Amino acid sequence: MNETLQLEQVASSEWILQKRGEMRVPGRIIADKGTIAQLKQDLAEKKEWNALEQVQNVACLPGIVSAALALPDVHPGYGFPIGGVAAFDIEEGVVVVGGVGFDINCGVRLLSTPVAKEEIAPLLQKLADDLYRTVPAGLGSEGKLRLNVKEIDRLLQEGARNVVERGYGLERDLLFIEEEGRITGADPTTVSLLAKQRQFKQVGTLGAGNHYLEVQTVERVFDQEAAAIYGLAEGQVVVSIHTGSRALGHQIGQDYLKEMERASQHYHIPIRERELVCAPVASPEGGRYLSAVACGSNCAFANRQVLAHLVRTSFARTLGLTTEAIHTVYDIGHNNVKFERHRVDGEERTLLVHRKGSTRAFGPGREESPSPYRAVGHPILVGGTMGTTSYVMCGTPLGMEKTFGSGIHGAGRALSRKKAAKKFWGKDVEASMADAGIILRAHSMRGIAEEAPGAYKDVERVVQAAIDAGITRPVARLRPLLVLKG
Amino acid sequence: MPFEYLDHTADIGIRGIGKTVEEAFCEAARAIFNLMVDLEEIVPEKAIHVTVEARQLDLLLVEWLSTLLAKKDLEGLLLSRFHVELREMENGFSLRGVGWGEPLDLKRHRPKTEVKGVTYAGLRVQREDEQWLAQCVVDI
Repeated sequence: MNETLQLEQVASSEWILQKRGEMRVPGRIIADKGTIAQLKQDLAEKKEWNALEQVQNVACLPGIVSAALALPDVHPGYGFPIGGVAAFDIEEGVVVVGGVGFDINCGVRLLSTPVAKEEIAPLLQKLADDLYRTVPAGLGSEGKLRLNVKEIDRLLQEGARNVVERGYGLERDLLFIEEEGRITGADPTTVSLLAKQRQFKQVGTLGAGNHYLEVQTVERVFDQEAAAIYGLAEGQVVVSIHTGSRALGHQIGQDYLKEMERASQHYHIPIRERELVCAPVASPEGGRYLSAVACGSNCAFANRQVLAHLVRTSFARTLGLTTEAIHTVYDIGHNNVKFERHRVDGEERTLLVHRKGSTRAFGPGREESPSPYRAVGHPILVGGTMGTTSYVMCGTPLGMEKTFGSGIHGAGRALSRKKAAKKFWGKDVEASMADAGIILRAHSMRGIAEEAPGAYKDVERVVQAAIDAGITRPVARLRPLLVLKG
Repeated sequence: MPFEYLDHTADIGIRGIGKTVEEAFCEAARAIFNLMVDLEEIVPEKAIHVTVEARQLDLLLVEWLSTLLAKKDLEGLLLSRFHVELREMENGFSLRGVGWGEPLDLKRHRPKTEVKGVTYAGLRVQREDEQWLAQCVVDI
């Protein structure tokens, strides 16, 4: 425990954790006052897992550049805090399993429909029933697409394209997925047979926990130009899918945690917290892990692509739409590590950027954004909690400077699952959502209590802190009509 | 209670408690599977066999629990009863264990949540007073 951590407020939503002791860089925390007060309290109470100490630990890692960052949805994780970002020099730096986590490339796919809120209202129950039947979700659910090892290997290399070629979705979707749904350098031999076997039945499944599928309406547009470019307008019905790389990603995380534990010893890297085990970026172990993450990321892109297709079929059946009428607005991950070009102290450098519970948030002009979006930057998809709003945002030049072009990924938990399960009842949560006009279909009532909106920070405050700090701009607010949970 | 849960904002800590280290390992496994379905709903009729090794006891706990999670997917079983034998070797420990359970049946089982992975966070296997504790944070 380090009680001597010093936090200095430098702007209305920005704090600096002073560099001291073994820290190689300072910490920079972008958050509202309430969040900072909570983090300080966790530290004062000597909580075993607290985010300020986690930021400090990350700041001690070799080769870290500029600062260890925490964004407004920050809360305690393991190793990295959730909402944590860190960039490393590619020669001196390290790659950290805890900077990615078990759910590699967990993220959100946003689909737009040509339907207005009023048109869908009478058909919403029917749509809810159809989606519940069509989208595999919850513990032990199985996808319809069954792949053998050879086929999984191809999927890991090809990402979303692999399942588009199998008839899941449209060629056009690929343009609107981060990295076009395929990260290069994915060598399937860096992924264990066990990871592949666990995935046999899990392609095209939503999972459980905080994963969800929501049918939403665009409640408010803040930026007409960006919204028009993204194809969003007030009153329109959209769909958000939040899930990741399923068991394959989980097993990669488990396998490489073990490998990095050995690598840390081998390379004599001092580890302040065991979940920060790591290897030099330039080492064979580091290279293998980065390849495995590329495989896991491609698996997640493919997974969301299959789910997007299932949503389309459900909408087509229920509302008589063509599948082509539903567009992919964007698909972006929030647990990943990527090589990126950034300007640091006036110099353009290639860095390895870890984002744990944070999305890429590149502002205007970056070639990584799909060409139709380049003028405003790609959409950032911020998931709320069931029953509350979600946001579409976009990046800014200031965000490129301050956070390596990173944004928030969601509201962020405030209460532990244990506390939430005690405090809330699944049935009550369902009833209060019904009062707000939101249909809930869930495979687990206990899961609903743990995911109760009251267990999360207020998404509005989290979004406002990101706006105040100037790292991202709001484009549109989405309100749920129908929530499907695992 | 022979197992308990520890507060963690994003995930959850599990702690198995037993008179022996083997018992604590079994209880830690029960704590994990109880996150998926209430243990009393699972009939222990089919077995999964696990053999793992590690150079330290705490790393052995992660191996044991993560192997059970993987096998659960491969065999499609939820587990509720466990047996563990531990052996000290020249350069570490070896564990031979069995888990008993049955396939998920949505007519009888009320699913709770999935467990994604076993972390090194809060990882401890130690003797405290007259009992053994085996604990860590699991990602859910």
